[in-house]
Amino acid sequence: MIRIVLARLVDLGFVLIGISALVFCMIRFIPGDAVAIMLGANTEVTPDRVAALRTHLGLDQPLLVQYGRWAWAALHGDLGTSLWTGRPVVAEIALHIWPTVQLTVMALGLGAGLSVPAGCMMARLRGGTADTLLRLGSVAGLTIPSFWLGIVMILALATLAPSLQLLGYVPFFDDPLGNIARLLLPAICLALPILANLSRLVRSALLESLGQDYIRTARAKGLGEARVLYRHALANAMIPFVTSLGIMTGYLLGGAIVVEQVFAIPGLGRLILGAISERNYPLLQAVILLVTAGFVVVNFAVDLLYRVIDPRLRG
Amino acid sequence: MKLSGLLLFAFLAVLVPALLAIGADFVAPYDPVSQDIIARLRGPMATHWLGTDQLGRDVLSRILYGSRASLLVAAGSVGSALLLGGGLGLLAAYYRGWFERIVMRLMDILFAFPVMLLAIGVVAVLGPGSVTAAIAIAVVYTPIFARLLRGPALVICDADYVAGARAAGATDARILLIHVLPNLLGVILVQTSLLLSSAILVEASLSFLGLGTQPPNPSLGLMLAEGRNVLLLSPWGALFAGVAILVLAFGLNLLGDALRDRLDPRLREL
Repeated sequence: MIRIVLARLVDLGFVLIGISALVFCMIRFIPGDAVAIMLGANTEVTPDRVAALRTHLGLDQPLLVQYGRWAWAALHGDLGTSLWTGRPVVAEIALHIWPTVQLTVMALGLGAGLSVPAGCMMARLRGGTADTLLRLGSVAGLTIPSFWLGIVMILALATLAPSLQLLGYVPFFDDPLGNIARLLLPAICLALPILANLSRLVRSALLESLGQDYIRTARAKGLGEARVLYRHALANAMIPFVTSLGIMTGYLLGGAIVVEQVFAIPGLGRLILGAISERNYPLLQAVILLVTAGFVVVNFAVDLLYRVIDPRLRG
Repeated sequence: MKLSGLLLFAFLAVLVPALLAIGADFVAPYDPVSQDIIARLRGPMATHWLGTDQLGRDVLSRILYGSRASLLVAAGSVGSALLLGGGLGLLAAYYRGWFERIVMRLMDILFAFPVMLLAIGVVAVLGPGSVTAAIAIAVVYTPIFARLLRGPALVICDADYVAGARAAGATDARILLIHVLPNLLGVILVQTSLLLSSAILVEASLSFLGLGTQPPNPSLGLMLAEGRNVLLLSPWGALFAGVAILVLAFGLNLLGDALRDRLDPRLREL
């Protein structure tokens, strides 16, 4: 077990180095003079300013030295300063990260939480028409554009209950109820594809394990149907479920960026789009690096959890 | 082989919208960019079946041309990802050793990024537009094909008939193309169909954020973004554009789903 954890830690380190190198190279991939492009977004481009910004960003140093400095600073929590405000990007991110994190967590909770009972219910319905309807339903759930669903919800709300003001964002500690109410609709939009995906996964994993010998044994020794289903079949069905959770988090973080725009939530999505339109690459790099690193670490944790749940993988 | 009703339905659900979109030049009643500002923001009526947008452009025509653009970006990006990622996965499985290790490590790194974030990053570097959106989606899907094909390819490369072909003097290229690749066609077909479906959604998201297709070109994501601004005046443009995205993505996803059942009999019971 310890050896596996160590091996996975080495993998994790490698992937993190790779990600940071790729994100670091972002500015260098920009076709043309990146510094002039960045400056051009906000001021007149003069040779002096180009040279000053180049020195400020350390672009006049050898590439490996640049990466070393950048990565070292990043490890110490310094991801640079925002190009235009001069504020540390970590502070900018701290201002915008909570709505996105809260939205992601709420959507994950809704989607994953509902998918287990939904999957169990779906497993009981088997055969011809029910199968086809479930399949059509889950494919529809997966392919409904979440941002469109958001727009439809806003439209429905504006028509049915125009007095309700549910756009925007208020911090949880200022107004807990208003906070939840405002994030509920976007969370539902994001949760729907997850619910469709996971409930179907629970259903097929459940049906597969119901065909196993140990289920027959459980029935043969006289266990009630509920106990067979929940204690024996579902426990094994949870393994692919947990693996999917990590992947879902990545989908959610991306989806949140888009859905935030629909509901006017000032989260990471707004920060990223603002950074792109202002060509504020240091800020953009920092957001991508932080979010991706967070996503990788979550997946790493899920992988370990997976081994704890499934004793067969401990060896 | 009996064609199941579901598979047939899925085929039609892809074919009909795709033909309408591809034939937009012949089917669309109006020029998708010609404006008629007097007749703007109308609901559905006899002369404009799906109404008009904020510049008086015909929504139906814009949806048909926008669908064509979506399908083009999806096909281009998934096709490139298949060639590049699938090719790398196949070569990695065949040659093994350090080549495999380096390639798969690189794929792991790309795979570690959340899809939308990587796509947005690529677009931010290359500049917004439908071509860069296609490149971004291709970059995102390359590791998916590489990882997907490497696994089964490893098994096939170990098969006796591959060793036999090698003993008979077949070249590497011949072994890969004639003996290994055909066995992977099922997996490729299913995944291509599913990824085309998500590529449509990612392209629409990018265009919605203003990072994909640029105005005045018709694009479903862009129509949603534009329609959002006039939602309470006239919701038709946004509503129908969303339905079009859903129809395109739904058909392709269902097709991949039905094909997977057909090609993997083990799953059919479930």
